[in-house]
Amino acid sequence: MTKQHANWSPYDNNGGTCVAIAGSDYCVIAADTRMSTGYSILSRDYSKSIICKADKAVLSSSGFQADVKALQKVLTSRHMIYQHQHNKQMSCPAMAQLLSNTLYYKRFFPYYAFNVLGGLDEEGKGCVFTYDAVGSYEKVGYSAQGSGSTLIMPFLDNQLKSPSPLLLPAQDSITPLSEAEAVDLVKTVFASATERDIYTGDKLEIMVLKADGARREVMDLRKD
Amino acid sequence: MSQSAVDVPPKGGFSFDMCKRNDMLIQKGLKAPSFLKTGTTIVGLIFQDGVILGADTRATEGPIVADKNCEKIHYMAPNIYCCGAGTAADTEAVTDMVSSQLRLHRYQTGRDSRVITALTLLKKHLFSYQGHVSAALVLGGVDITGPHLHTIYPHGSTDTLPFATMGSGSLAAMSVFEAKYKEGLTRDEGIKLVAEAICSGIFNDLGSGSNVDICVITKGNKEYLRNYMEPNPRTYVSSKGYSFTKKTEVLLTKITPLMERVEITEVGGEAMEE
Amino acid sequence: MSIFEYNGSAVVAMVGKNCFAIASDRRLGVQLQTIATDFQRIFKIHDHLFIGLSGLATDVQTLYQRLVFRHKLYQLREERDMKPDTFASLVSAILYEKRFGPYLCQPVIAGLGEDNKPFICTMDSIGAKELAKDFVVSGTASESLYGACEAMYKPDMEAEELFETISQALLSSVDRDCLSGWGGHVYVVTPNEVKERILKGRMD
Repeated sequence: MTKQHANWSPYDNNGGTCVAIAGSDYCVIAADTRMSTGYSILSRDYSKSIICKADKAVLSSSGFQADVKALQKVLTSRHMIYQHQHNKQMSCPAMAQLLSNTLYYKRFFPYYAFNVLGGLDEEGKGCVFTYDAVGSYEKVGYSAQGSGSTLIMPFLDNQLKSPSPLLLPAQDSITPLSEAEAVDLVKTVFASATERDIYTGDKLEIMVLKADGARREVMDLRKD
Repeated sequence: MSQSAVDVPPKGGFSFDMCKRNDMLIQKGLKAPSFLKTGTTIVGLIFQDGVILGADTRATEGPIVADKNCEKIHYMAPNIYCCGAGTAADTEAVTDMVSSQLRLHRYQTGRDSRVITALTLLKKHLFSYQGHVSAALVLGGVDITGPHLHTIYPHGSTDTLPFATMGSGSLAAMSVFEAKYKEGLTRDEGIKLVAEAICSGIFNDLGSGSNVDICVITKGNKEYLRNYMEPNPRTYVSSKGYSFTKKTEVLLTKITPLMERVEITEVGGEAMEE
Repeated sequence: MSIFEYNGSAVVAMVGKNCFAIASDRRLGVQLQTIATDFQRIFKIHDHLFIGLSGLATDVQTLYQRLVFRHKLYQLREERDMKPDTFASLVSAILYEKRFGPYLCQPVIAGLGEDNKPFICTMDSIGAKELAKDFVVSGTASESLYGACEAMYKPDMEAEELFETISQALLSSVDRDCLSGWGGHVYVVTPNEVKERILKGRMD
């Protein structure tokens, strides 16, 4: 009887792609809205990004959406506690460290979630943090995660080549693009990834974070 | 190898001389390669004057789209066409091979090919390879005995049906047929239904995508409607285009000018005399 | 690890206006160790026809020798060069012959056909032809190349712009693939000229 379940896995991959780009006074976080499993589409309008209650940080995650949901719930409640204790909102770098700790806490039964956290730091500059599933993270100028990331990263490298993190003194990783250019770039990379990655598509949800608030934009992608 | 040392063009049939080496590599822990698949929705139906075949145009290699506009409706004979799903190389090779056998048969008999002949040739080949040649086919055509539609599975079993679907999008397409198919459809109704079935595969199955190809075969006539519908254009092209921030560094350049091709014309008969 | 990943490779071909370009990386590795940094994966069949072979290096060279042999045989018999699409069918047939014990490489074929019409095509290791109008890719960096080419490619490019585009696509793709890299080898072929260039790339 037990043999029957030998191949059962607690994980699934629901696909999807997330991209974030940090600018001098903004941060663009984008994700497609397709959720799929195997060869089927589960939802065409599933938002992968959440504004982590702190209006200065957006978390976007692909991978196994059940784990993502659980992770988001943990983060939201931890942020709630933080607010009650400190009477202020968590900063984006603080949220980044919290996310890392939360992921590593489950080192041997990980959240199957590939995250990018985008937001504004204390000075109002854009920042992007990129993660692996068990909490290793890095502050970067731009990042892509999920099923289409291998298609998107080379072009972002080409357009936004960031300075080496080994340089001394440390160079700013923020991209030189204007907000409109960054949004345009995000649209292009998603349109390209959708052409070739079967798990990316349907709609593109773009969030633009600035000091005076967040803006949300939606663009259509291929639906096949 | 018992053949002569010189590698002459083969007469046909598979060669198994590298199987042992490849098995050795797999034994050593290197994974076997994956092949190009046509994830595919392919369909066919019989309407009042003949047969309509339909297919999507996506070829996949794992989760990546390898070809956005490939042809899955293969020519078998002037009055017979065949849609292929499964491993792309197999569907292509098996249909090409049978199509040439049919051509030779037509030369010998002086008669038009029959669908049942194509069906028998295909299933004999597939059965003899016990499913290792993974081609799932929808065969349709109109011959002296009327319109015919068959499905052929990789192991060589066949079905004869008024409407058929195959491939990873077969369930999506079949749901459309089961809901809307009726006997004696007109040409336009038939094309519309086939296009709708393919579209349902394109949009609901991730293995299928891009455009709709349709082939209408009637008595003594056929119409191949390549890219009958293109429901999935690229959604965004940047208005300004992109420039490259840094020019490529070239280490070495070698330029080989090619000779202008000389045209040779004969100048009268005399110049050629001894 | 897949057999294709044993040596590592990246091959790409692009179509321009009456011209084409074919490019590859220069690394030969054995898994993560680099063995050579001037490895040839692109071969000339005749002036207007090139083939790039990604995958297991030993099969790349064996297959190339068989192809040259078959092309020479054709030249002797027909007293002309093979057309690109004919050559593609030949490669496909040779590969499919070994359907159940394949050559472990994926070819990319690029050539100028009649009226200098560019022809590009790629195949899987058992000869499933995939014709494209814009670009084709293969090798361990193929996913990265798909993304880069899809974003950078424009139709009807002239030779120089085509060179810049294919080089940028190749270099930015191999930088995200640890099994290919060490610069690039690019051929740009126009009706009356073949320009072969070696690119400088990251050496890690």
